Order: sequence, then structure tokens, then C-alpha cells
Amino acid sequence: MAVKTPIYMDNHATTPVDPRVLGAMLPFFNQNFGNSASRNHAFGWTAEEAVENARGQIARLVNASPKEIIFTSGATESNNLAIKGAAEMYREKGNHIITQVTEHKAVLDTCKRLEKYGYEVTYLPVGKDGRVDPEEVRKAITPKTILISIMYANNEIGVVQPIAEIGKIAKEKGVLLHVDGVQAIGKIPVDVQADNIDLLSMTAHKIYGPKGVGALYVRRRNPRVQLSSILDGGGHERGMRSGTLNVPGIVGFGKACEICQNEMAAESARMIALRERLRKGLESKLDEVYINGSMEHHLPNNLNMSFAFVEGESLLMGINDIAVSSGSACTSATLEPSYVLKALGVGEDLAHTSIRFGLGRFNTEEEVDYVVNRMYEVVSRLRELSPLYEMAKEGVDISKMQWGTAASGH
Amino acid sequence: MAYSDKVIDHYNNPRNVGSLPKEDPNVGTGLVGAPECGDVMKLQMKINPATHIIEEAKFKTFGCGSAIASSSLATEWVKGKTVEEALAIKNTEIVKELSLPPVKIHCSVLAEDAIKAAIGDWKKKRGDSPEAK
Repeated sequence: MAVKTPIYMDNHATTPVDPRVLGAMLPFFNQNFGNSASRNHAFGWTAEEAVENARGQIARLVNASPKEIIFTSGATESNNLAIKGAAEMYREKGNHIITQVTEHKAVLDTCKRLEKYGYEVTYLPVGKDGRVDPEEVRKAITPKTILISIMYANNEIGVVQPIAEIGKIAKEKGVLLHVDGVQAIGKIPVDVQADNIDLLSMTAHKIYGPKGVGALYVRRRNPRVQLSSILDGGGHERGMRSGTLNVPGIVGFGKACEICQNEMAAESARMIALRERLRKGLESKLDEVYINGSMEHHLPNNLNMSFAFVEGESLLMGINDIAVSSGSACTSATLEPSYVLKALGVGEDLAHTSIRFGLGRFNTEEEVDYVVNRMYEVVSRLRELSPLYEMAKEGVDISKMQWGTAASGH
Repeated sequence: MAYSDKVIDHYNNPRNVGSLPKEDPNVGTGLVGAPECGDVMKLQMKINPATHIIEEAKFKTFGCGSAIASSSLATEWVKGKTVEEALAIKNTEIVKELSLPPVKIHCSVLAEDAIKAAIGDWKKKRGDSPEAK
């Protein structure tokens, strides 16, 4: 069977909107277009009802209560609001924040900014498997610690952090726990009660909802978490996030959560089957391929693999009918190879050869097989072109060679 | 990133891929770059000892499409040239020919370095390089 190209396999970046989500959203653009804050007419009531319905759908997915869901423009804003909002609110209690090195930039750069304002941040390392050690979190806590921010699952390597264990420690020590749940919610069970999460960042567009809408779960009980707002204005969302609500987006977000919750068991099993088909296919056809990060604690839909001796950007250029991502420096704006892979201790040479496959709801077995074959063709071709592959085959230990731009052969 | 048609052409149909016997006294080998930087180029030339004309050129490159294209183009350009003419090739000419964007200029620099390194190696083998004296 012929597959339709290009194939989209970059679902950690974003996902297509599920047709059921789109269907739920459409009436809220031009029929039920009211402002949910309009309290005195039917247009406003209809919009408000839809927003509250969505709040419930989102809350149920993570075992929260609807009142604990604050709508934002997306996960970057949610992370900013959680960290900056808590930092300002609890400034008198302390100025110390604990996070870890493979967090998303929306967390890391927020923490860096707070350092400029006198906060102290501990960036915990991760092991070779990509996971932070909960005991290291415990040891890092001081009387000045006000917040721990650890992601549920990583966007590059799909590694799931021991959030329940960290949550237990945070609770015991009376420190708030913020979790960037963007890649995890809707894909694996996330339970703010069981995991003792106080703040949880979420976004719609990674779970087949629209872009531009996200949420922050803010715990209301045991303890009641308060945040200083970033935006000043009409005092929407319990005063934590002013601004007219994106009603169609919120409706879509709610629907997306509902679908994920209802279908999680089946979808997760299907994703694991596709991912394993991809992994086994690549490993059986190609030598010198390495998986980055723990496969034991892993998102169902992620595979991050290094294809030694083949630079990532040239690989992407060869598989131009397949949309995936690379940890190669050449594909990043900073011209640095992936800091996530670096944190795992993956050598820069292998980081340049890494590819992230993000499977999604609409990928098929045929597409996986096509990707395996294309990867095999292109990697084989580029290895024929690679002096490093030739040297490795000759038995030269590339890591022991003296490299330098002025070096000449042998 | 959008690539120029010439980069895509060299990437899809790289010219002169392969290796020459590096022990051959008439073959110069240049190996430049580093795996940690994401670019390694190996450029080899077979040079006529009497005429100093580059009779054959081969390359292998680990790197992005622009690095592959720069080295592929370098082999095309040096073939048939004398050593002196090849040494006069400037990276800016490669940039122009391939329409490389600013972030890819280092690929052309590496190709120029590879030409110089290969010729340097050949001279060293002949015993007429400055460092051999």
C-alpha cells in the first residue's frame, strides 16, 4: 500500500487538531461567539457554560477540581506564571528554587531570569537514563526553598521523571511542586492528588487540540497555593490571569482532554506497538544506532535515536518526505547540539547524529515501515559518504584521534 | 532551512565520493573538522609529480548538506588545476557558488582548509613543505 507523503512524525512539537475537537470548536467562532465574562446576556452565558464545561474536562484528566484550572495562552505562559508567580508570592518565605537540567527552556530561562532578581536556583543533574534522583531533590531542599520544578516527561527523549516520589518529598518538606506536564498529560496517567503536584502546566496543541491555549492547575486545598499574576487587567481566572478567554480554544482543549482520557489505554497500547515496530525495524536494519534515555521510564510515543557517523541535519535533508527532529547543532537556532542529550552524557559527536521520532494518533504501521526503509536508505547512503564510518570500519578509534581544523590526514 | 538548488544537487548527486590510497606518494590527504563540531571532511588529491596538476580528487564528509556540497564542489574545482591554482581557491567563492547563508559559511571555510591540508600533506610527503625542512 502506498503511503501518503510527507509523513508527520514530530508529534512532540505539535499535533494536528483531531476532527472531533475541531467540530466542537467551530460553533464558538461565529455562532456562540460571546465573551465568557459578559454576565448580563445569553451570549456571555453560553460562552461561560462552554468554558466551565471544558474546565471540568481538563480537571478530570488530571484528577483536579475544575476551580483549580487557570486558562493561559499555552505552556510557556503556564510555566512562567507558575514559577514567577510562586517566586513573587512566597518571597518572604524564601528565595530558593530547585529544578533540573533537562527542563524545557520555558522553565530554565524563567529560573535564570529569577536568578538576576536575587533568587537562588539549584539545577540538579540527571543520570545517563535522563532521570533525576529524588534523593538529590531531598538533599537540595533548604529552609529557603519555596519551589521545586520538575517536568513529567521530557520533550526530546521522552523520559518520564519520578514525579510521585518527588511529590512525596515535596509534601513532606512543605515545598511546592510545579510540574511541566506538557508531554505527559493525555498520554500517560497524571494525577495531581496521587503525585502531590501543586502546580501543573498543560497545553492543548500537544494532545490534538488547538495552538494558543493552555492551562495551569493551581492547587486550592492542602495547601492552598497562591500566585502573583504576571498580567494586570480585568482579574479573570481568580485574579491569576487577566485577559478575555479564548473560548473556541478552550472548548477544543476540553474536548481534546476528554478524548485522551476516554481513549488513553487503547491509544497508549497502540503507540507502544508502533514505537516498538519502529525501534526494532531500525535496530535490525542498521548497526551503530543508540537509543538516548531510559526506555523503561518512557512516553509511549517517543523514540530518540543516534545514528552514529551521520550528521542529523544531512539526515533530515535526505528524509525530506518525513517530518522528524534532530538534536544536531545545525538544526538549532543556537548552533549548539542538544543540551538535553549533553546532560545525559551523550557525546557531542553522537548528539549531532540524533533523531527524535514523535509518534501520534494518526500514524499507521505502513507509515512506520516506510520511515524504517527511508531511514535505512539514507543512513546507508550517508555512511558511504562519511569519513568517520570508513575510519570506524578500519578500526580507528575516533574518540582518541586528535581533531582540529588544521589537522591533516592519518 | 531552505537550501539552494545547487546544494541540493550536490547533496543528492555528490561528485567524486570515495577514497584514494593514502600511502601513495602522489596522494595528499586532508582531514579537517571534528566530530564534536558536527563536521569532518576528508579530501584527497592525486597530483602529478612532474606537472603538479591535480589529476584526481575524492572526498568523504560527515556534516550537514552544506558541508557535503562544499566538499563535493571543492573536488570538482580542484580537478585539472595545478597545486598553485587550487591553493588560490577562496571559501568566499564556494559561498557564492552554492549561495550559502551566513550560518553555513564555516562549511566553506572547512572546504578551503581541506584543500590546503591535502596539498600540505602531499608537499610534506615530497619533503618540500616548510615544516619538513
